[in-house]
Amino acid sequence: MSLQVSDLRVYYRSLAGDVQALDGATFSIADKEIMGLAGESGCGKSTLGNSLIRLDGRMKYVAGSVTLDGNKLPIWDQKGMNEFRFRDVSVIPQYAMSAMNPTRKIGKMTGELLESRGESYQDIKPELLRRLDLVGLSQDVLNRYPIELSGGMKQRMVMVISTLLNPSLLIADEITSALDVSTQRAVAETLVSFRDHGFVKSMMVITHDLSILYQTADSILVMYAGKLAEKAPTATIIDKPRHPYTKMLISSLPEVGIRYANKKLAGIPGSPPALLNPPAGCRFRARCPLAFEKCVEEPPFVQIAPDHSVACWKVPGSNA
Amino acid sequence: MRKYFGRKLFTYTLTFFIAATIDWLIPRFMPGDPVAGLMARQGALSPEGAAALSKYYNELFGLNRPLWEQFFGFWTALIQGDLGRSVFGHGRPVAETIMSALPYTLALLIPAILLSWWAGNTFGAMAARRKWLDSAVLPVGYILTATPYMWLGLVLAFVLAFLLRIFPLSGGYGFNLEPSLTWAFFVDLVAHWILPFLSLFLVGFGGWAIGMRNMIIYELESDYSRYLEALGAPQSLVRKYAFRNAMLPQVTGLALQLGVIVAGSLVTEIVFSYPGIGLLLFNAIKSEDYFLLQGIFIFVIAGVLIANFLVDIAYVIVDPRTRVGMRGGTA
Repeated sequence: MSLQVSDLRVYYRSLAGDVQALDGATFSIADKEIMGLAGESGCGKSTLGNSLIRLDGRMKYVAGSVTLDGNKLPIWDQKGMNEFRFRDVSVIPQYAMSAMNPTRKIGKMTGELLESRGESYQDIKPELLRRLDLVGLSQDVLNRYPIELSGGMKQRMVMVISTLLNPSLLIADEITSALDVSTQRAVAETLVSFRDHGFVKSMMVITHDLSILYQTADSILVMYAGKLAEKAPTATIIDKPRHPYTKMLISSLPEVGIRYANKKLAGIPGSPPALLNPPAGCRFRARCPLAFEKCVEEPPFVQIAPDHSVACWKVPGSNA
Repeated sequence: MRKYFGRKLFTYTLTFFIAATIDWLIPRFMPGDPVAGLMARQGALSPEGAAALSKYYNELFGLNRPLWEQFFGFWTALIQGDLGRSVFGHGRPVAETIMSALPYTLALLIPAILLSWWAGNTFGAMAARRKWLDSAVLPVGYILTATPYMWLGLVLAFVLAFLLRIFPLSGGYGFNLEPSLTWAFFVDLVAHWILPFLSLFLVGFGGWAIGMRNMIIYELESDYSRYLEALGAPQSLVRKYAFRNAMLPQVTGLALQLGVIVAGSLVTEIVFSYPGIGLLLFNAIKSEDYFLLQGIFIFVIAGVLIANFLVDIAYVIVDPRTRVGMRGGTA
């Protein structure tokens, strides 16, 4: 097991109180596994991703533990985490287009970043050049400023920089959202090739776009309103989902060969609950067609089959 | 590169021409007659004498010629470096009058602006995001910049010069001294320089410190800072980048201040009766001295334009984004 997260709780401080954006996440990612993290906006995907590498000023660590390759990550400790960042956990941020310092040449910035972490730029440079070739960037980009690159090129450059120290876990946060469909596919393929080349051991791909996960991920974790809903291998999530939310999410995707002019795509009526004082029990129950009395109690996230966990009272095997 | 600077140079030349023309027009639209003012200061004269003197002055300054002729005369003379003669200085060449005031202004303003810029930026950058320093620097900075400058100058003069008598109250040097290359004169010069310098420095310092603090905080929240932090870069590197990028607008601000430097600091020089360009300008306005006013403004215009041109060059060096624009790329 490469990554193990247990009962992780991270809240946002706000004047009105704590926003429970991530409320008890327990899961693991195996070596060589690419796990997709899906869910609608505001469900806590990015909070989970960020909390594994860097809590920003508004985020508050509440409880839980994160273990990577047998080491406990001190995620509540900004300074203590520095040792693990980049080397063990790395991130391709949501804002990859503006992640590089606009007034430094890319090569110089990369060098300064590496030296500041005690790595030798000269030693790493041959590998860096090899990886630039791999993602289809010319070596000349190192002598350019970020503004001279296109959006797709910047994205690939950041992917190369982030994985330069062969991290054990890579968090890719909404990296395809700003790209056109053909570039999305190229980025997805690059992610898989990074894993296949052994640049990263395991990966967490955060997105709201299930079709990207279908192409890249080995397993998918679905979140709803700060809680885990279901985790299973990709094929199982797509073909045999168990959680009512996952089912409705999958059925709201368009399918090839169906003309939606005649048949309206099914959505999920309603919207997620506010996470400042969320209702007790299952957070999906207000929108769930299967909800019954028991749903006022919180369903546990339990394994119902090998590699398949669900948090729902209606799923057989969940003590229902 | 050549095209870029060529275009800039053309813009600046055009700006200079228009600004200088306006500069020539303004004093001539002022109400009043400068020669009459000059004559009034001569005291009692016989009517014939007055008429002759008035004719002499009008011819000396060229005020009897038609306006368009004066305008062309102005440009011909300007190109030859002749700024005319000062009415206030009783016919002394304007260039000479300005040159004698310029050293005082430069010696006062250049150190005040550069030092307050340097100290303000350094302090502001240090204070940003450091709790204790920030809660100390910020209010002090706000108080200093919000203080009406004239009042601060008067308070400094009143407390340090009038009550405590540590520094002389006014003037560029003591009334009992003649400018000379002696040690005594130099010491006296420095003693007179400190108060006006201090007042300018304090006000400038507060403004720069606040500006820099806010810029650094903005840069530390930007995406590239967050990315560096996510990859575990030490604060020293993150702050170094933030500082460098936050400096860009500060460089512009500095250049704009340096540009108007030749105008002197009107208020400071009046408060401390410091014999620089600012005081000269004040006197030129009081005595409706067309040529002196014109000459001072020509200096100011040239100063601002040269400073702007230097900033253009400096920006090409410090900010790569301008270089992209120059090559015709989209930025």
